Parts: sequence; C-alpha cells; structure tokens
Amino acid sequence: MSVLDRQMSATAKIFPHPRDAWYVAAWDHEVTAKAPLARTIADRPLALYRTQDGRPVALADACWHRLAPLSMGTLVGDDEVQCPYHGLRYNSSGRCTAMPAQETVNPSASVPSFPVVEKHRYVWVWVGDPTKADPDLVPDMHQMDSPDWAGDGLTIHADCNYQLVLDNLMDLTHEEFVHSSSIGQAELSEAEFSTTHDGSTVTVSRWMRDIDAPPFWLKNMRDKFPGFTGKVDRWQIIHFEAPSTICIDVGVAKAGTGAPEGDRSQGVNGYVMNTITPDRDRSCHYFWAFMRNYRLDSQLITTQLRDGVHGVFAEDEVMLTAQQKAIDENPDYEFYSLNVDAGGMWVRRILDRMLVAEGRLDPGDVSVTNHAAAPADRPRVTTGA
Amino acid sequence: MVADNRPVWQPAEVVESRMVTDQVRRVTLRRPGTRRAQPGSHVDVRVDLGARTDVRSYSVVEASADGSQVTVSVMLAPRSRGGSRFMHGLREGDVVECTQPLQNFDLRLGAPRHLLVAGGIGVTALAAMAETLRTTGRDYTLVYVGRSRAAMAYLDELEQAHGDRLRVHVDDQGHPLDVAALVDEVAGSSTARATELYVCGPIRLMDAVRRAWAGAGLPVHNLRFETFGNSGWFDAEDFVVRVPRLGLETTVGADTTILEALTEAGAEMMFDCRKGECGLCQVDVRDVDGSLDHRDVFFSARQHEAGDQLCTCVSRVACGDGRTGVLTLDLP
Ligand code: FES
Ligand code: FES
Ligand SMILES: [Fe+2]
Repeated sequence: MSVLDRQMSATAKIFPHPRDAWYVAAWDHEVTAKAPLARTIADRPLALYRTQDGRPVALADACWHRLAPLSMGTLVGDDEVQCPYHGLRYNSSGRCTAMPAQETVNPSASVPSFPVVEKHRYVWVWVGDPTKADPDLVPDMHQMDSPDWAGDGLTIHADCNYQLVLDNLMDLTHEEFVHSSSIGQAELSEAEFSTTHDGSTVTVSRWMRDIDAPPFWLKNMRDKFPGFTGKVDRWQIIHFEAPSTICIDVGVAKAGTGAPEGDRSQGVNGYVMNTITPDRDRSCHYFWAFMRNYRLDSQLITTQLRDGVHGVFAEDEVMLTAQQKAIDENPDYEFYSLNVDAGGMWVRRILDRMLVAEGRLDPGDVSVTNHAAAPADRPRVTTGA
Repeated sequence: MVADNRPVWQPAEVVESRMVTDQVRRVTLRRPGTRRAQPGSHVDVRVDLGARTDVRSYSVVEASADGSQVTVSVMLAPRSRGGSRFMHGLREGDVVECTQPLQNFDLRLGAPRHLLVAGGIGVTALAAMAETLRTTGRDYTLVYVGRSRAAMAYLDELEQAHGDRLRVHVDDQGHPLDVAALVDEVAGSSTARATELYVCGPIRLMDAVRRAWAGAGLPVHNLRFETFGNSGWFDAEDFVVRVPRLGLETTVGADTTILEALTEAGAEMMFDCRKGECGLCQVDVRDVDGSLDHRDVFFSARQHEAGDQLCTCVSRVACGDGRTGVLTLDLP
C-alpha cells in the first residue's frame, strides 16, 4: 500500500471544529452592560456581557447550582450576573460571590469564565485550553477598524456545518451559478487560479483580465470613476487563516492599467471579511463585513454595499442550508472533489492537523479529511505541507 | 469545569510509587484519558480499609500532557482514617479504582496577581498551579510553609523551578509565616481587590488566612481554598453520638464520620458533597460533652461559635485527654 492510499479516501461531511482557537462570539455592539446575551460558541452555550467599565465577559450559560441559564439573569454590581432562579451571583471570573440563603459562600461554586479578547470590532472567545489563549493568535482582520478602510457587515446564522461555509468561500467559481445577477460571470470558472499554503494559512488567487464588469463591480467603479464604461481586470485573492477566518481581497481596475502588476490606482478595492464560528455541528455563526478603501466618508456607499452583499450572501445561505439538508438525507453518499476544491481541501488538511494536535483525532487511525485507516503503529504520512 | 465533574470510575495501574520524604509517598496512576488534568484538580481513589472500602480525594501534583497519567502524593497520617495507609501500601503494577481528574479548585489565569499559600502536604494542590502560572508567564508568588525542610515534599524541585517566586517558611528554622503580614501586603498593593489567593494546608493555616483576609476587607471570592474536610482542630478520636428522639446511640470511630455512623445505625441522613461545603447534612446540636471540632466551611465563624448546628459529613467531637466525648443531636 502506498503512502497515498493511507491518506486518500472520502472527505468528511460533518467536520469537527478545533477548540484551541479564538472564535468570534459577537459584534462588539451586541455585548452590553445592560443584559447578558445568550450564544452557543463551538458547542459551549455562553452568557456574554460587559462589566460596568466595559470589559467583555463570557461565562458558561448554566448556573453552578441547578444549571439555569445565566443569560436569563440580571447584571448587578460592577461585574456580576445574578442567576434568575435562586439568585446566586457570579463575578466576571465566574466565581460565586453570593448565596442568598446562607451566611457563607461554598468555595467550590463557580462557573467557567472563558478567555475573551475584543479586537477588530468583534468579541472573540477561546473555549479550549485556557493556558493556550494567547491574544496574539487572533486572526488578522485589521481592515475592520483601520482608518484606511470603511464598511460594515452583518451576521448570518447558517444552518450548516461551519466547514461548508469555508468550502464556499475558498472556491468562488460558485458565483457564476449562485450569484449570477450580481457578481457571477462565466470568466470565473474559466480563469486560472493558484493556491499556496503554509501551516495555518491558505491563499487562492484568481485574475480575470479584460472582461466586462458584472453589475456589482460596475456600480462600484462608477462610485469612484463617475460614468465609467469599458473593460476591467478583476481579481479575487482569498486569504484563509486557521481555523475559520477568510478575508478576500477583491476588486476591479480599468483593463490594462497595471493592476495585476501592483498598480491598483485605476480601480476599486474591497475586502470581504468573513469569520465563521461553529455553533453546533450543523449550524454556525457567519460574521461578515465588506470593507472598501475608496470614498471612505460616504455612509451611503457603506450602507449600499452592506445591503448589496447581504443580498448576495442570502443566496449562499439558501444553497448552504439546502446542501446540509441533502447531506443529512443521503448519509450513505460521499463527497467527491474537483480541481477547484484545492483551497478548501488545504483548509481541511490544516484543520485536520489542529484536531490531531488537540488529541481529538488519532493521527494513525482516523483522518477527518481523508478517513482512510492507517496502521496504528505508523503515523499518518502527509504529502506537501 | 462543570461538565467534566461527573466521576467516571476506572481501573488505574500504579506505574510509580516511591517516598519523596519520610512520610510522603508519590504515586503515579495510569488510566485511559486524553485530556490533561487542569491545575487544581483531584482524583478520587477507592481505598481499601480492610472491613470496607471508602473514597479519598487526592490533588493532582503532576499530569502528563496526553492525559494518561496523574501523580498524587500522600502523607502517611498517623491517625489517618485509613486511606493514607492504603495508598502507602501501593506498589508498581498494583491496580486501583479511581476517577478521571475532577475539578473543584480551578485556577483562573486572568487575575493580575496570584498568591499561592501551601502548608505541608497542601503543596500537592498548588504545585501544578504554580507550574501553569510559571509557564504562562503570570505574576505569582508561591509561599510554602512546613515544619522542617526534610518534611517538605518537592522543596528542591520547587526551588529550582520557581526561584525568587518561591518563599519558604520553615518552622524549625525560626521563620514561620506571618499570615497577617502576608495578607496586609496584598491589601496594600495596587492590585489588592483583584489579587487571588489560593490556600491549601492544615485547618489552622486556612483559618488564619480566612480571618486575615476577611479582616482586611478583601473580596471573599478572591480567597480560594479547597478542603476535603479531613483536617481539624483536634486529631480525630472516637466519640459517642446520641439521637434521643430516635432512641439511637452509636460510636463514631476515628476513621469514620457522624454521617456514616448514624446511617449505619439506621438513621436516614441527607447529604451531598461530603466535604463540608454544601450544608445539606446539617443537624441540630442538643448537647456536647467535649469540644466541637467544626471542619466544614458551610457555617460562618459566628455559627461555629454558637455551636447550634454542625455538618455531620466532616465535623466531630474531641476531648484530647483520653476521655470519650458525647454528642447529642436532633435530626431533621
Ligand atoms: S439555578 Fe441558579 S441559583 Fe439555583
Ligand atoms: S454533605 Fe455537604 S456539607 Fe456535609
Ligand atoms: Fe457566495
């Protein structure tokens, strides 16, 4: 049996998620000092709130006593939440600070408090091993709050495994079929693309030269260059950062003005910011924003772009939900791959390794990406890296 | 964490058993598991007491990264309830029943400063915490108190690992710990209200720290401690317990509890934690001949002084002079 046989097989349809990672739990404005917010992040139900001095907090959403949801409770004092059932109070580190019916507080009483970081307009939570929760590991989404970029976004609660969204974003040839009225065009499938990767990132680049701008991009060109007509060079450079952040450098420039070589001055540039947080195994929170680096002061354009992309992503949501349903209704059928899946498959390979490192996947036994059995006494060999 | 705290009993093989001081034995157990024991966790071990088996909790001193091994350290207590004798008899290759690591004493990494205070064998609960604080680069101090250097388990290893962050107080070297000064140091610091103090040791040390902490007005929930209810103000001795309303009288042996003795005698008792924390096992005290040895943390100091109630799972009566104490109770 060759090394390749040992790793090549069918591709997992319901992908587990790494736990040792920062996931976006909410937009910054969703987490308040007025009332807790209930949200399940990577299988952990959380109660999210802010202390009176503005620090975000993520507590397990189950009281130590009888597991009533703390998210139904009230915020009291500087940093505490009071259980809605029998009034136990917890501070921002999850310590119980008051038991109303007795003179002491049981020293064992506490709920898990998860590491939290506020960055790039999001509140990020780490549900895995807290000793590994290094704030420097938050994925790069600097366009979200850089003065050089403007824009806004929304959240989709998608009823599908988070990995299906990653697949969707790593292969944009679907635009021709799913988004035919806005950004889709035949050249997407025809253009060559290249894929590169390292231990935690994957980049897929695609250039389409001398083409007609689809409606979405024609509108954007005219926002910057009023009355623009003519051909464009279009690009999509998809940057994945493990475990589930995908920032896509997109744009068009007047054809032949040097954009592929690096001069984008005659074009419009956007960044589609996506970060996907697993909820349960068949649902996820899909946080997205569209940022642009031109006409920064126009709230009109910000709102138009947000609404436009919202419409486009609603088309993805319909497809992803239908795909998940078909997957569940055909448990005995496998996935097969196309060449355009290269980006998505490298993503799976990276996630696979993270899962093995967390001890949640036996490297010699089962691979999620390729669940071929390897002899238990030999480590699974992977090609490339 | 809440979710991991339902005990799962499995056989575990003893893969290491050796003395680390005159009285402390280090025992490493191997059992199936994939998650590393978190600092502050303990395992419950089924100990054979001859006539019966019982359960004892031991803090995890060290854990392997792959979750397959945990090390505990057990002091041979001359008047132990029998658990330490059993543990000291273990040899490599023996098999015991134990649980996965359970967590009731979790270390929070977010505090700006951590103070760990270990007395004697209490160091077992704090050694793993200190190690995590060290490797994650936190601000911490480990205070280790003992009777003599020779009796202090892991002292050399801790000195090597923690350098200046370790403060050692040895009674027989003439510099015992001044608890009040230590707590004052916290109270006077810029991070006073956010500093967490973790303490584990004999009841006198724990009580002194608790009183000083409360006296300094520091937030009670920042004082973290774990008690398995097995350390008291007096050595455990036999005493008689009576429940006139039920016509019951029985002896509580040094190696058992009121809760167990009364249950055995036919009383129907209520309880949950069995370590003096929840208060479910409380009963009314009618009379006591001898001294009440409150070992629980459920009742407040005021309630302990009043002595109207006690927690049957841990608290006892002692005379300390050879007489046999008598406790008269009323049960709910
Ligand atoms: S369930 Fe929260 S106080 Fe009882
Ligand atoms: S059973 Fe919980 S205090 Fe006794
Ligand atoms: Fe799409």
